[in-house]
Amino acid sequence: MRLRLSEIRDLLDAKVITGEDKLDLDITTAFGADLMSDVLAFARSGCLLITGLSNPQSVRTAYALDIAAILVCRGKPLADKFIEIARELSIPILWTRLIMFEVCGRLYQEGLTGCICQASGTEEKHLAK
Amino acid sequence: MTLETLVEQLNLKCKCCWEKLKTTEIKGGYAGDLLSDVMANSQEGNVWVTRQVHVNIVAVASLKEHAGIVIVQGANPEKDTIDRATREGIPIMVSDLPEFELVGRIYQLIQNG
Amino acid sequence: MPSDEYLEGIYYIQGRDFVDAGVVSSEIKRTLKDKGIPENIIRRVAIIAFEAEVNIISYADQGTIQLFIEPEAITIEAVDIGQGIPDIEQALVEGFSTADDAIREMGFGAGMGLANIKKSSDIFKLASEPGSGTHLTSIIKLNGQ
Repeated sequence: MRLRLSEIRDLLDAKVITGEDKLDLDITTAFGADLMSDVLAFARSGCLLITGLSNPQSVRTAYALDIAAILVCRGKPLADKFIEIARELSIPILWTRLIMFEVCGRLYQEGLTGCICQASGTEEKHLAK
Repeated sequence: MTLETLVEQLNLKCKCCWEKLKTTEIKGGYAGDLLSDVMANSQEGNVWVTRQVHVNIVAVASLKEHAGIVIVQGANPEKDTIDRATREGIPIMVSDLPEFELVGRIYQLIQNG
Repeated sequence: MPSDEYLEGIYYIQGRDFVDAGVVSSEIKRTLKDKGIPENIIRRVAIIAFEAEVNIISYADQGTIQLFIEPEAITIEAVDIGQGIPDIEQALVEGFSTADDAIREMGFGAGMGLANIKKSSDIFKLASEPGSGTHLTSIIKLNGQ
C-alpha cells in the first residue's frame, strides 16, 4: 500500500512546513525514531521518517540516507535553521501535534509498513502484514 | 485489553513480572525514546514502546504508572533494568519488530477491542 | 525556603550516577501518595523532581533535593555543587542542551528539562553561579486541598 504525502498530511491533520511541490511523492514505508543513531543504523532510503527530533542534524541525516520526507510529531516547535536546511536540501517536512503512537497507528492502519536495513547494509527486510 | 492479550497476539517475550500480565489493563500507548518527553506527555496506564534498554526506563515507567514497557527491534534489556523492573513491578516485554510496525499492531489491537 | 517544620525529606544525589536516576523522584512520589496528595499534583511534582534529579546527575558534582509540604503548597528545592549554568536565559530555551553524546543516547539531554520544570510549577526560581553551583526552587500550590 502506498500513500501520497498529501494524503498523509490529511490523515494526520499535519502542516506542510516545506516541500509543497512534493506532495505527490509516494510513500510505502515508515520509520519511527527519536535518536539519530537509530535512523543512521536502520532507516531505509525512500521511507518517511517519523520523529520528535527537529534539529538540523536530523535533516542532514535524512538527506544522507535519501529519506523521502520527515514528519515531526508531538507539536515540536521547529527552529528556523531546521526549516532552512530542509529547504536547501529539498526534503519535505510535515508537522503534526499528534503523538508518535497515534501517527504510527494511523499510518499503519492505512497500509504503510515498517522498514529496516540490517546494520550491515547489505540486506533489507520488508515486513509484510 | 490486558497485557496478556498483547503478549499473546503480538508474540512478545515477557522478561519479568509475568504475574501482572493477566491483571494489567492497557489504557492507550506511548512511543518515544526521549525521557523528558515521556515524562511530560505519556499517561498512566499507557504501554510504553521504546528502544531504550537501560535501567532508567523503569523509573520513568514507575513514575508515570505505565502498564508496562515494550522494547523494540529485539533489543535486550540490561540485567539492571530487569532487576529494577522486577522490584518495581513493571512488566518488560520485547518484540522483534521495529517501532513503526509494533506500534501499528498495538494500535490496531486497542482499536479493535 | 519554607521553615524546617515542613521539611518532609532531604535526598542526596551523586553526580554522574545515572544508574540511580529516578530513584529520588520515585521516593518523593511515594511520600506524596502516602500523604494523600491529589493525583494531579503528584503528576506535576513527579515531572519536576525527575528533571531536577536528572539535571544534578547530568551536570553537577553532587546535590540535594529537599521536599517541603505546607498546607498551601509543595516546594522542591534542588541545590547542587558543580559547573553551574553560565547563561540562564539560554538554558531555559526549549531544545537547548549541553549534554554529551553518551547522555543523549540514553534519551536524556533533549533540552527540555528546565522548560518542563517551569511549565509544571506555579512559581519557578533559578539561580546559578558558574563554577559554584545551581539553586532551583519550584512551588506547586495546593488550592484549598
